[in-house]
Amino acid sequence: MSGKGLADISTLVQAIETADSKAAIVVAVRNLAAAKDPAAISTLINVLGYNNPGAAVAAVDGLAALGRIAVPALLEELDGYNYGARAWAIRALALIGDPRALPVLLDTALGDFALSVRRAAAKGIGTINWSQLPEEQVAQAQAQVMEVLQQTTTDPEWVVRYAAVAGLHALALKAVDSSSGAVISQHLQQVISRDQTLTVQARAQMALDALSSDLDELEPSPSSLTQHS
Amino acid sequence: MTLESQNLINAQGESLTVEQAIANLRQTEDSGLRYYAAWWLGRFRITQPEAIEALVVALEDDIDRAPDGGYPLRRNAARALGKLGQRRVVPALIACLDCPDYYVRESATQALETLGDTRAIAPLLALLSGGVEAATQVPGKPHLVQPYNAILEALGSLGAIAAVTKIAPFLEHDWPQVQNAATRAMYQLTGDEHYGDRLVQRLQAPNLQLRRSAMMDLGAIGYLPAAQPIATTLAENSLKLIALQGILESHLQHIGFPASGLSTEAEQVLSLMDDLL
Repeated sequence: MSGKGLADISTLVQAIETADSKAAIVVAVRNLAAAKDPAAISTLINVLGYNNPGAAVAAVDGLAALGRIAVPALLEELDGYNYGARAWAIRALALIGDPRALPVLLDTALGDFALSVRRAAAKGIGTINWSQLPEEQVAQAQAQVMEVLQQTTTDPEWVVRYAAVAGLHALALKAVDSSSGAVISQHLQQVISRDQTLTVQARAQMALDALSSDLDELEPSPSSLTQHS
Repeated sequence: MTLESQNLINAQGESLTVEQAIANLRQTEDSGLRYYAAWWLGRFRITQPEAIEALVVALEDDIDRAPDGGYPLRRNAARALGKLGQRRVVPALIACLDCPDYYVRESATQALETLGDTRAIAPLLALLSGGVEAATQVPGKPHLVQPYNAILEALGSLGAIAAVTKIAPFLEHDWPQVQNAATRAMYQLTGDEHYGDRLVQRLQAPNLQLRRSAMMDLGAIGYLPAAQPIATTLAENSLKLIALQGILESHLQHIGFPASGLSTEAEQVLSLMDDLL
């Protein structure tokens, strides 16, 4: 937190409300986001519904920088959003990586009609901050993520498959189940031989290269939550 | 059309069968059905002979007319044929270069570029006749007399090395988009990095449309030094990812991936892409 006072925040919020052009709104939102103050959360969330992509990007960045503290408000208002705002909110949740957003991110990775939102969700479920989940729930949640990501590697859009591969790579690095690394490596191998898009193959190859060198370095029983988080 | 809305249409389009699509294209009662069927056949890469024949017939359609006198069905049929990889349609597409509808000429040019058949070079060069002086805007229209962007890009992709002297003057055309297209073609035809760098500078243009077009051009020519500047330019991540894909894949082909394994450069581009997801 930057320690800005409430008065400063209300001035920054007012600047958004009185901005007289799309470009001026973007600048005002960036300024508010830069304050990194929880008091800005509800305004930043409102901005997601402005139908102003530049402003939405700035608001998503601001919400992501605030992190966990923005999650309850984002989740609470998710159903009330119009489609565009919902897509931006899901991006913010994907960037934050809070496990409370996992159910909505899992659904989104599999089922959203906009490819950019599926892409963000696939990456997001792979990069969840597992240490924020009660330890006894981690293995089951990771198993769910693994299943969804494996399914997502057959998405019709290459960029979503790419994100799923990146997600699997990230998941493998944090997996608590010691057999996950081998399962993921095997799946990546399949992607390399089956996927028609060179870029997706290359991403899978990079993951596989990194994971196999990791496996070589690790002790016989490697995975504990604290070790990797 | 944005990528997102295209995806939505795809999701609805899955329900059409190949037979239905071909029948829809052949009938003449409902223009909307025909127009959609032409797009659908291209989108789903339907290459069976009946589909190709129906699309070639549609290139000469006189029934579907736009209020401005254009030929919407011909435009869509040309686009679809560009996606289907059948070189036997090249003469039919070349004939479209004489169509009075600017957008038909543009679609046919883009299709000829994709099909990669050098028979298209001479007729495309003919459209540049009169040089830059003749390349003026059509009064009352948002476009020039010819689809110069598409023509220049196609000549570059088709390796029209003999055309360099006719392309070079377009580097100084008044329209920045045309300059970009000429720059891209000159890079492809000469390999001179000066042209690649000129497009990289365009990523700093104040106009978003220009930054986008420079990005797509750099992706299309696979200019590796542009990867980092593309990742940091001010534009949508979706488009940056597509441009970086273009750069990465031409590099991967160059090094002989997958047999070669990944190079350091490839890993760097992949890392840039990861941050844009």
